[in-house]
Amino acid sequence: MNLRNALIVFRKELRDMLRDKRTIRSMVIIPMVAFPMLFVVIGWAQEKFSGEAEKEVSLVMVYGGEDSPKVVQALRDFPGIQIVPYKTDARQEVSDKTIRALVEIPAGFDASSGSSPANASIDYYDSDTRSELAKEKLQKFFDDYRVHIAREALIARGLPTRLLEPFTVDAKNVAPPAKVGAAIFGGLIPYLIIIFCFTGAMYPAMDLTAGEKERGTMETILTSPVARTDLVMGKFLTVVVASVTTAVLSLLSLGITFALTKRGMFGGAGSTRQISIDPAALVGVVVMLLPIAILFASVLLSVALFAKSYREAQTYVSPLIFIVIAPAIIGTLPGIELNWKTALVPILNTSLVSKEIIAGNHPWTLMAAVFAMTCVYATIGIVAAVRMFNREDVLFRV
Amino acid sequence: MIEAHELSKVFSDKKRGDVRAADSISFRCEPGQIYGLLGANGAGKTTTLRMLATILSPTSGTASVAGFDVVREPAQVRAHIGFLSTATALYDRLTAAETVEYFGQLYGLDSATIARRTSEIFKTLDMEEFRDRRCAKLSTGMKQKVSIARTLIHDPPVMIFDEPTNGLDVMAARSITDFIRQCRDRGKTVIFSTHVMTEVEKLCDRIGIIHGGRLRTEGTLDDLRKRYAKSNLEEIFVEASGDGR
Repeated sequence: MNLRNALIVFRKELRDMLRDKRTIRSMVIIPMVAFPMLFVVIGWAQEKFSGEAEKEVSLVMVYGGEDSPKVVQALRDFPGIQIVPYKTDARQEVSDKTIRALVEIPAGFDASSGSSPANASIDYYDSDTRSELAKEKLQKFFDDYRVHIAREALIARGLPTRLLEPFTVDAKNVAPPAKVGAAIFGGLIPYLIIIFCFTGAMYPAMDLTAGEKERGTMETILTSPVARTDLVMGKFLTVVVASVTTAVLSLLSLGITFALTKRGMFGGAGSTRQISIDPAALVGVVVMLLPIAILFASVLLSVALFAKSYREAQTYVSPLIFIVIAPAIIGTLPGIELNWKTALVPILNTSLVSKEIIAGNHPWTLMAAVFAMTCVYATIGIVAAVRMFNREDVLFRV
Repeated sequence: MIEAHELSKVFSDKKRGDVRAADSISFRCEPGQIYGLLGANGAGKTTTLRMLATILSPTSGTASVAGFDVVREPAQVRAHIGFLSTATALYDRLTAAETVEYFGQLYGLDSATIARRTSEIFKTLDMEEFRDRRCAKLSTGMKQKVSIARTLIHDPPVMIFDEPTNGLDVMAARSITDFIRQCRDRGKTVIFSTHVMTEVEKLCDRIGIIHGGRLRTEGTLDDLRKRYAKSNLEEIFVEASGDGR
């Protein structure tokens, strides 16, 4: 290989690529603008709609309770609940979502309180957020009311009310924020980076091969003295740069978006959950992803070169995304561990090793094995791409 | 100098089996000469020229271009030729100057030589006005000039033109034929393929008529007229294509 020529091709392709609107869109605009926008819109919609549901006063019908005015009155006084007159088709109204829940108070509820237990029931509509919220309010009401009755009974018997609360429990989080972040994002980050690496390589790979054939510039460059290996290497470096740039920009953009919208995305304003990701772990992940970017670039160049036109290349390349997504998703599943067998599976091994790195674990031998295996696959990919560029039936396919 | 010796190219086709696109083609083209390869569409002109330019490798036979063998020294051959056809397009997103500079670099020229040659060529072809304009924004005539500049940047001794006027308007086609003539006048070895009889009559010192992948006949225009006892090239072409004499 002539490095000088490969670099000349690389510089030209890079300049050409940076002037291509499609590539810029997939490499810079989507990661830097679209993803933050998506998260902001989702966060805004979530806050708006769940906030509205939480603020709503739930309409509830009460069946029975004629002989138990105390509980009915307490229910009437409970904040966030409004009792509406009972109708015989009350259950249907819950299903139709015109009211949120139906409460059935058995006969003699007030009288039985404190002696034999009475059984009240709540009818609600599962999967309807507003009905579920009404059920939660009613459960809270009955819990509070139960304590109230017990307290009155204790007072009536001259017993201390602290019997109701013989002890308290405090829960304290000992996990450092980075570990919490790793548990939440350990699977997601490698998955996203793998997808970004692939999509970032897709458009330039198609443009530099099938696109060139379609535009007639492939024949032009083939008449120059540059060897086909140097030509492939120049194009290949360009695609790798696009792939890694897309992944890094996406990660950066997601990180910034996450930091800005953290409160809205995780438990609302009241959340005190501390989440962080170790930046060194992210650097480690990017290093592990280099060979996979190389693999993607070489495979995409080989496949796209076979096509006669950009459009045809899209039909060959698009299905590949499923081949990439499948192992990337499997890597996010709990129970799938990095071991000597999974270390051999391309993409899955990178996903798993990235998960380990983010979790703060460093199984060095396995990490080296995954890196080496991915390098082997990437080398096979490069050799295949060079061979494709030397096949006349591929270059001049009619 | 170009010397083709028994050049053959066989393509495998799923439907038609083995297709002999070029079949034992031999000819010789001297410096300061224009050799015209005349043939109908699909006759084997492009395949022959692509083999000479080492874009395709011959199935059998060989050729020597500027003293280098197309099979053994393909990079050297490409370094000593300028190849121009309507199929060799330009990079839309590069400017005229960037395009010429890119090819100058690939031909191994240093920056000073590229700058000097570019300046000379741009002046000669009157390209200064659009040197920094992207190729996508150029007219067909301007694009042709950029293509010519690209093929000339390394001042090659051999020029190969594959149907260079195909699809061009009269003025653009004329500038190409003028350019081909200038190449000959500068002592370059020139080969060009076409199916336009008038271009061959106007330009070529020697003519080869190709049909069905075989070179049916060759010689100067006078040679062919005497051999076929006809004065009209079109009639000679039809007869040569038909009987293989």
